[in-house]
Amino acid sequence: MSPDTSSHAYDAIVVGGGHNGLVNAGYLAKAGLRTLVLEQRDLVGGAAITEELLPGFSFTTFSYALSLLRPDIIQELDLVEHGFMPLMMPSSFHPTGDGDYLLLGDDHAQNLQEIRRHSRHDADAYDRYHHDLDRVVQAIRPLFDHAPPNVFGPKSERDPEDQAEVAWLLDHLGGVEQKVMHDVVRLLTGSASDWLEDYFEHEAVKGFHASSSIIGSKVGPMSPGSGLVLLFHKMGEHDGHLGSWAFHKGGNGGFTQVLARAAEAFGAEIRLGSRVDSVITSNGRAVGVALEDGTEFRADVVVSALDPRRTFLELVEPRELPADLVENIERMKFRGVSAKVNFALDGLPVFPALPDSDAQYGGFLNIGPTIEYVERAFDAAKYGWYSERPFIDAAIQSVVDPDMAPPGKHVMSCFVQYAPYELKGGDWETERENFGDKAQAVLESHFPGFGDLVLHREVVTPVDIERVTGLTEGNIFAGEFLAPQMYFFRPAPGWSQYRTPIDGYYQCGSGTHPGGCVIGSPGKLASDRVLRDLRSSS
Amino acid sequence: MIRTTPFHPRLGELNTQGLYTQWQGYLSALRYTDAPKHEYFAVRNAVGVFDTSPLYKYRIQGPDAEQFLAGVLVRDVRLCRPGNAQYTLWCDDRGFVMEDGVVFRHSDTDFLLTAARPNLGWFSDLRGRLRVEIEDVSESYGILAVQGPRSRTVLAMLMPEAGSLPFFGLADTKLGSSPVTLSRTGYTGDLGFEVTVEADQAVGVLDAILDAGRGHGVRPFGEEALMMLRIEAGLPLVDVEWHNSRTAFTDHERVTPTELGMGWMLRGVADGDRAFVGGAAIRRELATKSSRWASVGIVVDWRAWDMLHRDAGLLPPKDEHPLPYESVLHDRPTTAGGSQVGYVTSFMYSPVLQKHIGLARVRPDVASPGSEVHMELAINHSNTTVLARTARLPLFNPPRKAAKP
Repeated sequence: MSPDTSSHAYDAIVVGGGHNGLVNAGYLAKAGLRTLVLEQRDLVGGAAITEELLPGFSFTTFSYALSLLRPDIIQELDLVEHGFMPLMMPSSFHPTGDGDYLLLGDDHAQNLQEIRRHSRHDADAYDRYHHDLDRVVQAIRPLFDHAPPNVFGPKSERDPEDQAEVAWLLDHLGGVEQKVMHDVVRLLTGSASDWLEDYFEHEAVKGFHASSSIIGSKVGPMSPGSGLVLLFHKMGEHDGHLGSWAFHKGGNGGFTQVLARAAEAFGAEIRLGSRVDSVITSNGRAVGVALEDGTEFRADVVVSALDPRRTFLELVEPRELPADLVENIERMKFRGVSAKVNFALDGLPVFPALPDSDAQYGGFLNIGPTIEYVERAFDAAKYGWYSERPFIDAAIQSVVDPDMAPPGKHVMSCFVQYAPYELKGGDWETERENFGDKAQAVLESHFPGFGDLVLHREVVTPVDIERVTGLTEGNIFAGEFLAPQMYFFRPAPGWSQYRTPIDGYYQCGSGTHPGGCVIGSPGKLASDRVLRDLRSSS
Repeated sequence: MIRTTPFHPRLGELNTQGLYTQWQGYLSALRYTDAPKHEYFAVRNAVGVFDTSPLYKYRIQGPDAEQFLAGVLVRDVRLCRPGNAQYTLWCDDRGFVMEDGVVFRHSDTDFLLTAARPNLGWFSDLRGRLRVEIEDVSESYGILAVQGPRSRTVLAMLMPEAGSLPFFGLADTKLGSSPVTLSRTGYTGDLGFEVTVEADQAVGVLDAILDAGRGHGVRPFGEEALMMLRIEAGLPLVDVEWHNSRTAFTDHERVTPTELGMGWMLRGVADGDRAFVGGAAIRRELATKSSRWASVGIVVDWRAWDMLHRDAGLLPPKDEHPLPYESVLHDRPTTAGGSQVGYVTSFMYSPVLQKHIGLARVRPDVASPGSEVHMELAINHSNTTVLARTARLPLFNPPRKAAKP
């Protein structure tokens, strides 16, 4: 510890008030550290915010639903006391592209009948599919909920606690059934398309299940790697149901407000409008941060909740870091391909085959009828352009949470892919509304008359995501979630344990294990690391 | 023959499932959609309507009506002024609980009492020479519970009184042209109201409420959702939390008001002189502190629950549907020689509390909040226990429930 600790107002400074920064600050404050969160914007939440763009209409500008959040964080940070309330999404809707649809709800037996309506073969396949995935999740979840152990370098230099972890890990993996382990590898390395082909015959049933395999990643459902993205989304849960999602009350911004209240209740201080320029170092260790306006804050622990590019190449001098780390961060793939098109609507859309029903609007509306549809949408992105007919994951949250819009009106969040960060021969300033038109045209084709309902439209391109949240290239996972960038290698080989080469400087953003999505684990696991290091140095 | 309630013609149309149970001889919807948990969230985050018409309803009128009810009901009805309602119990003369109900006081001399089971014979026999008429008006009215944070907003569009009713207040008013009783009562532990309406006007009143609620997320909810709501709210249910003393075989099946967690109803009883059925026994129980049990909530330790299931190779279940059986509570794990200290009467996973919770009865010495108990459950067909802690009831108690308007 540096000798002038007593003069510091804070023990720990967290750079960035996104959800992982807030989780991290909550745990540090709970452990008794005087903790300061510095957030550049005038609201916390990072990419998990809710904004009232039109009076009475709450938009989930970026992130829009909850599943990956680890349940232990809900309990350990007393989130329920601060308003945590995940609202059930009672249905999942998948237009099949031919005027028909797949509408799944909360009753398993009725869901099987609905699948059977399309394919008798696929009804029991649906059960086997989910059971096999559940088994895979069961097998790898311990890896998910622990920091990756360090298995590299000379054994003599390894942390004994780490060695115990490695031994435990090998023992655990040794107990996993052969079939389950084979499925793990198939998902980690293969395509969602290949995986789904093993179970289902019906194109729309496959298309429905393929949608989670491409979220936030520059892959199509036929690309290797999409299996892992599919598995990652199954790792989440809502009230114990794996792969199930919820809308937090007030949107994901409602959730990050809960986190902020919880962190403050433990004693953390949150300072808004405070953009950090750099981490101040002295003799190779972090001693505080400087804001863009020149204000300095001192603390022996500085935790960056920003993405790896900003953590390693902007907040500190890359010249002071090992060259191999800098190289790895430089080559890390971000390549955002996701956009949002958010609507304020004058009423509910009409799906012609279900003219008098609103049961189909209780959850995600999955607009990507078949694997081929989604793969073709991806094709454009390979060559540097956005999809002519994009894939859309839509949600009319005001159906489940009437507080999101005035009575009778609605907000509709549309996650739209593919929209590559870098357009070849164009720019997003010019193309923003054209792209919005493409997404709206797709909606119009499934919900005739949709355009007449639109009161307001907000198009959020990857460039906007980067500009507003700071996520490099607008990648929603703070670095693609593909095998070369996960676990031991997230964000870079040798630096997966939340430390950095600078003493006292840590990382806790979604670019660290097991980050991506609103999950909180990077924030929590990083706090474990900080607290362990403080204990061993005192 | 199974009967239908006055709201059934419309609610039946809205029921996409056709799954009913029976409640006192009436069809009662278990769920209206394939997602009862979604119906539950209507009450916790928007507004839901529940058909509570199968309750028995007794009109009790006359110059001595107050004196009569003060002598048969456990809670002092004299403290319930006209324009108010009171949740109450009645006991046998050993001070054991028979049933519970809500008494609605329309005037000095005009009361309506709801009950879960037929009680006309019991009450009539207790009239003596008092000038009181008791009439069974069960079929004459439908009762619609309108519950949830938006219930006031929706009902105030139809009846301005909704905007000003205090907790357990009631108003005789009109909804459109239909005379109704609007009361701030319910069985969900949330902000909520009940609308009592003459049977032949019930569908019109329901339609008006559903219409006003459109845009506010109004949904009908069935018994499955109601069970989740009432457990979170700490509201006991006859034949689940206790048995009617008059038809119980042993004292194990019986509870006193104090044992049922209703000691708060006994304000003024210990030192008072109000004579009521069971009063003497209850005074003795209070004086000698002879209550055998205390009613408490239990909250399962989430980490213990998860580990127990994970170590057994299972995914930890979080099922909001209440268990259909009782579980035994021990002072220590059974593997460590624990002995019984209580039992759980209702148990579920609470979506709003994000924990497994239960209503339980424990020995008074382990009733203080936070006491550790071990709940028996079977994992892989083998009995074991999981750590839980006692807690004050109700477990879910939002300020809006009883807040002044």
